[in-house]
Formats: sequence, structure tokens, C-alpha cells
Amino acid sequence: MSTAVTETPTTAPAAPAAGSPAATRGHVQITDVRKTYGATEVLKGVSLIVPPGGVAVIVGPSGSGKSTLLRTINHLEKVDGGYITIDGELVGYRLRGNKLHELREKDILKQRTDIGMVFQNFNLFPHLTALENVAEPPVVAQGRSKEEARKRALELLDRVGLKDRANAYPRQLSGGQQQRVAIARALALNPKILLFDEPTSALDPELVNEVLDVIRELATSGTTLIIVTHEMGFARDVADTVVFMDEGQIIEQGSPQEIFTNPREPRTRSFFSKVIEPAFNI
Amino acid sequence: MSSTATTVAQSAPSTANGPASAGAADSTPTGTETGPASEPPAVDYSGYKLVPAKHPGRWVGTVLVALGVAAVLWSLATNPRWEWGVVAQWFTAQSVVNGLIETLKLTAISGALGFILGFVLALMRLSASPLLVGVSWTFSWIFRSTPLLVQLLLWYNLGYLYEKVSLGIPFTDVRFFEVQTTTLISQFAAAVLGLTLNQAAYSAEIIRGGILSVDQGQLEAAAALGIPAWRRSTRIVLPQAMRAILPTAFNEIIGLVKGTSIVYVLAYSELFYTVQVIYNRTQQVLPLLLVATLWYVVITSVLSVFQYYIERHYSKGAVRKLPDTPLQKVRRFFATHAPVDRKTR
Repeated sequence: MSTAVTETPTTAPAAPAAGSPAATRGHVQITDVRKTYGATEVLKGVSLIVPPGGVAVIVGPSGSGKSTLLRTINHLEKVDGGYITIDGELVGYRLRGNKLHELREKDILKQRTDIGMVFQNFNLFPHLTALENVAEPPVVAQGRSKEEARKRALELLDRVGLKDRANAYPRQLSGGQQQRVAIARALALNPKILLFDEPTSALDPELVNEVLDVIRELATSGTTLIIVTHEMGFARDVADTVVFMDEGQIIEQGSPQEIFTNPREPRTRSFFSKVIEPAFNI
Repeated sequence: MSSTATTVAQSAPSTANGPASAGAADSTPTGTETGPASEPPAVDYSGYKLVPAKHPGRWVGTVLVALGVAAVLWSLATNPRWEWGVVAQWFTAQSVVNGLIETLKLTAISGALGFILGFVLALMRLSASPLLVGVSWTFSWIFRSTPLLVQLLLWYNLGYLYEKVSLGIPFTDVRFFEVQTTTLISQFAAAVLGLTLNQAAYSAEIIRGGILSVDQGQLEAAAALGIPAWRRSTRIVLPQAMRAILPTAFNEIIGLVKGTSIVYVLAYSELFYTVQVIYNRTQQVLPLLLVATLWYVVITSVLSVFQYYIERHYSKGAVRKLPDTPLQKVRRFFATHAPVDRKTR
């Protein structure tokens, strides 16, 4: 591993978000991560560092490996090469001798409680109410008391503005409301890191903002956020670091200012000319 | 009539020369000459009574079917050969009730064991181990391809194939425990074995189908939240799978209730065999078959009620609003159709 000098991760240049309490946990280091599905190489050696409390937004065309990269961070997807650490602790593996042994399921599950994830399709449990969705994981995964979990769940639902819908089932909620419940559910485990996999892609346009507002509020809370999205305006607004991926590689990363207004790489420029120009041409 | 008229009342201005449409135009109360031709005249329809469409065909069909049903009921009631008296006499006879209890016992035991074994087989079939998948598949293949009758006779005659059953260390002469097969496999044991294994083969497929019907994203979300595998199955997947499993599972249980009647080949005194024994003695074949049938109808009806409420329980969250139970419907009917004095406040 020490020979992989060519893939030195570049630290994101941005300072911690303004107003955030000096975040000390949630340092994510991704080093030379590779992943293949059959003959297709989806991740071709990706390296990225997100500092504690940082907000990294990953953008890029479909099929560029953004979601796969996100899913390797909580070991929903096994890597074929490279490694990921969170606060210096390997994710999904343990070093023994000179080999990385995959952890047992029990230990992986324990690690995952530090890494919240919000899915494109919400994946709320349809047979549980909003409150039960948020209160269940801390009880089952962390052994908290039911009373405590319930109280915290109500606080979290209040925070995403859905306290009055606590007893509704997911199908009785709008898409935007469901996604806000899903965010509250991810927060319930008090994670160091939150992963967002295209959180607004399945929403009607008029519901996108209510979800983005919640994420925006989280961005100043000191939790490390890694967000895959197609909402460029939001990315520019909320990100410390914008990461542009294409064909399984990070092409370019930097502050929103650098990436959006003055991209170095022609591929980045051509992508943004397709997704951003129309909005500014009005 | 002006050629530019496009009012609702005159939907076919191009055929205005035809006598029929000219007549219709005359009888239209709103003249097109009043007001601008481009705007439909404002007519106030508020004073008229609404008359629903009539469905004479539906009425004819209803009457015909009602006549048919009445004819069947009449013949059932009046044809003396049904011998309802004999039916009533035997319906609650001690021997019949004992047979009924045996039938319920067989159903409950083989149903429960069958579904438990089926659940294990379904999990094996969904596992990543090729051996477990293969064994589960082979089990279902064999037990679904063999007639239940053959299975039952095979189990009952196991003593012919294997004289003794023993527990010991394989490929050595060490035996901890040995017993005659014929004493081990009683009629009851053979019946339970046959019914259970057969039921397990079918329920394995039903449960597997139910589990597969749950969206993969649910498992992923549960895993991402750190929920342990056992709780993922019992708390997240199974409650959702139950919606797909229940209707078919109740089909199977109801099938099993009547399927137990095949155990008569082992001369096991469940409901059907008991009834046979009685009519062989009294020669009242049809009335006694009716006794058995009526009991099967009663069991099925009770099971259907259970099915309704259990399915309703598991549809929590799957539908926006749970449908009313029959009881709630009755209550609502009486609440809305209450006598006037109760409704006045």
C-alpha cells in the first residue's frame, strides 16, 4: 500500500463551515478505491478526503460511479481494492498480519450506526409509522430504551418540521415529507457522517426545496455530509468541496467557486455547460 | 339557424338540413339567435330533479338468479331424500365430534409444523450456499411430485422398508437407541409426517415468494441503519412479506383441512373416516357425507373470518386507510340510519 504514491489524496481546501461548532469527528478518508461489476470497472481508484464537519457534494453524469462510491463508505458495497477510514478506523475490514480481513456482520452493523444514509427512494419502512421508523433503529441497533428513543424521535421529527405527522404511515405522506422522515431516521443514530444518495431525484419539483432546506440546516451542524446530487444550485450553495466524477474517476475537485465558475478540466466544463447554462440563459 | 352556431344544444351543425336535426333545433328552448353566437347561452338547471340511469338488464339478471337460488333452496328443503333428520341426528353425535377433533388436531399440528419447516426451507432456498439451495429445491421437487396418498402409505409402511430405526454413529456398530419402526410410526405419526412434509414443500414456495416480494431497498435501508439480521427478517421483511403470504397460506390451510380426509386410507379415525364407518353400518350414505361436508364448511368459514382480520392487521401502512371491519360497517349503518329522535340534538 505504501507504494501507491501516485494516488495521494488531496485534502479539500475548504475551511470548516462557518458557524459550525469545531467538529472533531467524522473525518473520512477514501484511498484508491476500486470496484468492478463483472467486466465493467465502476470505480477506477478513487481517493478523497472530507474533513470533520465538511460538506462534500459529488456531481457528475449518470453511471459515473457517484452512488457506488457513496455506498462503499458504509460498506453496503464491498471494495475490490483500496480502503476507507473514518476517524482513522478502517471501514468493513480489520488489519491482521499483512492482510485486511473483512469484519463479521455484527461489527459492520456497529460501524454503520456511525454512518447515516438517506436514499433516493426514501426506503422508509411502510408498515411502521413515521415515529416508529425514526424510533426503531436506536432501540434495535444501539440498545437504547424505547422511551428515550421515542422522545428523541419526536425531537427529530420536530426538527424536520413533521412533529404533527408522527403517527402517519409513509404512504400517507408526500414524497418530500417521506424524505424528511428518512433524514430524521438517519439522524436518530447520532451518526458522525451522513450520506445522501440523490435525496431529491424522486421528488416533484415543488417538493425539492423542503428537503434541501433540511439538509442545508444540517450542513451547519458539524456533521460531515457527503451528498450525491443533480441540484447544482444547491451544491454551489451548501458545499465546501465540489467533487466532479466521470467514468469511475474523480476528474476535479475544489471549492464551488473554482469548480462552477472556473473549471480546469474540459470534461468538467462540458458537463456544467449542459446542466447549468439553461438556468442562467433566461 | 346561423352557420356559426356552436352551442352545446346543436352538436351537429353540418347536418342542419336533415329533418331530424331541424326538428331538434326547433324544440331547443334556447334560440341561437339571442346573444353572441360564440358564447353558449347561460341556462339555469338548478331547479330540476336528478334521475339516475335505469338498468333493466341488471334487474332481469337479478330476478333470474334469485329464482335459481330459490329453486335450489326449495329442493334442498323439500326433497325428503336429503334426510335432514338423519343429518341433524348425527351432526353432534359423540363419534362424529371425536372425529372432528382428530381432524382439527391433524390440521393444527401438520399446518404449524409444515409452515415452520417451510419457513426454514424458504430461508435455505434464499441462502448463498449452493448446497442449502440444492437440498431445499430437491425437497420441494420430491414432495410436490409425489401424490399425498403415496406419501402416506409409504410412511405407514416404513417398517417394511426399514425394520428398525436407530440412533448411533454412522458406519459403525455403535447404537445409542433402537426401536421397531412399526411401534414408532403409528397411524397418527404417519398421518402427521405425510401431511407435514407435503405441506412444508408447498409453504416453502409461498413464503419464499412473499420474501421476494419485499423491495430490496428495505433490506438495504435496514442494513444501513445497523439493524441486526434477525431483526431485519422479523421486524422489517416478514411483516411486509405477510401481505403476499397470507392469502395463499390460508388457501393452503383450508386445503389441508379437507386434505386430512385422505388419511382415511390409514384407517385413522378423523372426521371423514368416522363418517364412512357410520354409513357403512347404517347405509345412510348421503346424509352422513352431508354431516362431514357441513363440518368442513363450518371450519372453513371460521378460518375465513380469521383470515380477514389477520390480513387487515398486516395491511397496516400498505393502504392509505384501513377498510372498515364488518362490525364497524354495521355500527356505522345504525349510526347513520338511527331513529330520528336519537339523531336530533
